[in-house]
Amino acid sequence: MTAAAIPFDSGAGNESANLWRLAWQRFARDSVGIVSLLTVLFFFCVMAASGLRLIADDWSQEAGVNFAPPAFLGPEPSATPSSPQPSAASSDAERSAAGEALSIVDPLGNVLSEIRKDAPHERQDTAIVDPLASVLAEIRKQSVGTNPAETRAATLIFGGDKWGRDVLKKTIKGTETSLFVGLAAAVLATLLGTIFGAVAGYYGRAVDDFFNWFYSVFTSVPYLLLILAIAAVLNQKGTLTVVLILGLTGWTGIFRLVRAEYLKHKVREYIQAADAIGASNARRMFVHILPNVSHVILVQLSLHVVLFIKSEVILSFLGFGVGVDTVSWGSMLNEAQNELILGKWWQLAAATVAMAVLVTAFSLLTDALRDALDPRLK
Amino acid sequence: MNDDRSVDALLSVRALAVSFRVDKATTFDAVKGIQFDIPANSTVALVGESGSGKSVTALAIMGLLPKENANVAADSCVLFGGRNLLTCSARELQTVRGAELSMIFQEPMSSLNPVFSVGFQLMEVLNRHLPLKRGEARTRAVELLREVGIPEPESRIDAYPFELSGGQQQRVMIAMAIACEPKLLIADEPTTALDVTIQKQVLELISQLQKRRRMSVLFITHDLAVVGEIADRVIVMRDGIIREQGTAEQIFNAPQDAYTKALLMCRPQMAFRPRRLPVIEDFTDAHRRTQSGTAERSRGLNDNEQIVLEVRHLAKSFYSRSGLFGKRGFEAVKDVSFVVAKGKTLGIVGESGSGKTTLALTLMRLYDQSTGEVFLDGRNISSLSGDDLFAYKRRVQIVFQNPYASLNPRFTVGQIVMEPMVIHGIGATSERRTLTYAMLEKVGLPASSFTKYPHEFSGGQRQRIAIARCLVMRPEVLICDESVSALDVSVQAQILNLLQDLQDEYALSYIFISHDLAVVKYMADEIMVMNAGEVVEFGDSDDVYLRPQHPYTRRLLASVPKGWPGAIDRRTTRA
Repeated sequence: MTAAAIPFDSGAGNESANLWRLAWQRFARDSVGIVSLLTVLFFFCVMAASGLRLIADDWSQEAGVNFAPPAFLGPEPSATPSSPQPSAASSDAERSAAGEALSIVDPLGNVLSEIRKDAPHERQDTAIVDPLASVLAEIRKQSVGTNPAETRAATLIFGGDKWGRDVLKKTIKGTETSLFVGLAAAVLATLLGTIFGAVAGYYGRAVDDFFNWFYSVFTSVPYLLLILAIAAVLNQKGTLTVVLILGLTGWTGIFRLVRAEYLKHKVREYIQAADAIGASNARRMFVHILPNVSHVILVQLSLHVVLFIKSEVILSFLGFGVGVDTVSWGSMLNEAQNELILGKWWQLAAATVAMAVLVTAFSLLTDALRDALDPRLK
Repeated sequence: MNDDRSVDALLSVRALAVSFRVDKATTFDAVKGIQFDIPANSTVALVGESGSGKSVTALAIMGLLPKENANVAADSCVLFGGRNLLTCSARELQTVRGAELSMIFQEPMSSLNPVFSVGFQLMEVLNRHLPLKRGEARTRAVELLREVGIPEPESRIDAYPFELSGGQQQRVMIAMAIACEPKLLIADEPTTALDVTIQKQVLELISQLQKRRRMSVLFITHDLAVVGEIADRVIVMRDGIIREQGTAEQIFNAPQDAYTKALLMCRPQMAFRPRRLPVIEDFTDAHRRTQSGTAERSRGLNDNEQIVLEVRHLAKSFYSRSGLFGKRGFEAVKDVSFVVAKGKTLGIVGESGSGKTTLALTLMRLYDQSTGEVFLDGRNISSLSGDDLFAYKRRVQIVFQNPYASLNPRFTVGQIVMEPMVIHGIGATSERRTLTYAMLEKVGLPASSFTKYPHEFSGGQRQRIAIARCLVMRPEVLICDESVSALDVSVQAQILNLLQDLQDEYALSYIFISHDLAVVKYMADEIMVMNAGEVVEFGDSDDVYLRPQHPYTRRLLASVPKGWPGAIDRRTTRA
């Protein structure tokens, strides 16, 4: 009995505090941890709301003028709102009516009338059979909007991109994609790493050798190369592919840690005691040991979410990430590459700030989590 | 120096109070204003159970308390050589520590740095405090190793800690502590981790060094019997206060405090086997005095005992890889045979490395035996596998040594006790709870324990939980592998009483394994003495104690701490 341990032993006077609750009590005292937890929860809410199509569902709509500057900068002096579409005011009903109405504004009116004079019988035909007429009408409808009064805005809250899409909505949609990819991939990687690590560490010997061999092969290939190879093999862009790529390559670190924990725990007396009362291998592995290493796994999960969010951004930036029909922080950064030359910095800023805030908050949360779950490390 | 008593004292502790901050709101008072002197050229024993504050006192004297959460009361005073050590600067303390004050700890293995040779570590101490040349330091180091009884010190000086045995490591620690001829040596449980024969040697060494170097020793221990032969003065502490202090003769022959009396009586005696061991409450609580009488419990086997477990020529070897293809065998247990009778106890005694734990784990089938057979109720169970083995497992159970390690910290007590019933399908789901509550009551735990976690219990209570977990399976044989060794003397008495009650009630057979001869002698009908994997002596427990045949048994018996040599037989004082 060491003297220093006495106060800690007798300190737990409260009613039957479960180890998780004790950890929560320690966590609640950490103000940095609480702030980062709230920040992360905010991002989670954004992700959920966006995923449920409550917000930013119309992110692909060109709400503003091309490269609309952020609201706090004011509209760009050179760009007058109505200049790109001179005929926007005219109603499409009028326009599809062809004939006289069209000739009023048609600069080629004279030529056309010449032609018409030459072939008066044909004039009727062109108007009736024009195969592109309906398509053109559709295109006009889209570019102008159904309501003629709703013109494209000169400024947006955080500005617009090349097509005039709202950067704020893109960022929200990007949050959904990036956070989802990070979470799903981290869960997949943790699951694989935990199961492999548990089996390898618990059974040892040949099983351990096999998994170690597998692990060594995996880690001997440069990480990025492996990702590119899998991306090329799957050859299908999409969120799910990115999750698979990251999950399948990211389990190695967790595997080693969980394996080491199992090696340590399987010789502990409480596992011997479980063996003595007749507990099966699976029971000892997952009912007895797993709860005792869960804090390690939880911290790793949290750490890998951050890692995979960053990986997703890099993948999307390189063009191996999500497809063009979705938006992620990585694809935003990719677009911003070209915009930056034109001095349009807001898309870059929005994606960077969102990512930096989430990643920092998540990392601080991980630290606080580790301190709360394993106070001996401090 | 206003107290006239402290004039001839080497070290005076006055109103020492230490508290620890547990969290923002609560503090824990470890030491509550104690006062004692250590005279020059004498050995003072500080005795107390865990939580008594004895180690905190030692750390406070050395200035080694953790600064983050320890708080020493302002009027506390530790006078040494005319100055208050508690108010000294860190620089001053450094010159005092190691040179005039030094300390040895319980675990020699973790106190020595594993990556440096013992000579290097010894010379480091010498060079730090004494103006020595390079060659001189080495010569001094060799002399010191010789003085503490390390064989061939010239070659052992370059050995690394792992190459030395536990006893030798503790000798090296002592050599480091006395290297600069300190005036006061603080020894914090220096022999607790050692075997009983080694303990005797280390105790003799400390005693010799104290006399030869005319230094003082503050000897901290939980076991009063250990200090009887070496201490001049004894201080008994409990819950941060001093219960009694006086000369060793006073403490051992005429203890005044009820707690001191309890400490002396709780430890099983070699010569006397009461029906129940007295516990502290018997002394502190006037109403309970009658609980333990002077009636002796008879132990030993009759001729027509029913045999439950029979072991024939059991052996267990471990193999380690050596070289490319070779393997090197180590015989942990060699050719052991014995029988265990129903409702009786077989005691197994041996020092570390004697193979007694390997034997227990092999009986449990946690290891597979190399050769030999084990019969339970006439059935050879050493060849069982699968479902047959599973059914056998609940009939032989084990209580492990360390109650802090053998319970899953993430399970509630209810889950822990119910788990064997779940695994073996004992009782319906609704019955299991009732059975668990009944069993908790049987082992002396409140019903509220059901929803609590192991970390909320003390060592003795945890051992009760472990016993309850075994008992729900209604085993026929219960193996106790050093089950009470990690417990305080008073708690040990409670657990031993509980085990005896359970044996009487369920006719359980025990295999009681311990390094402590007195405890085994108290519990066992028959004793088996093991050394290096072999049975060196087997017989009726009284016979082995009174008429030991094998020299190893005699050596073990001679090493058992006897308390104060002149102590009167306490059987008569109690009656």
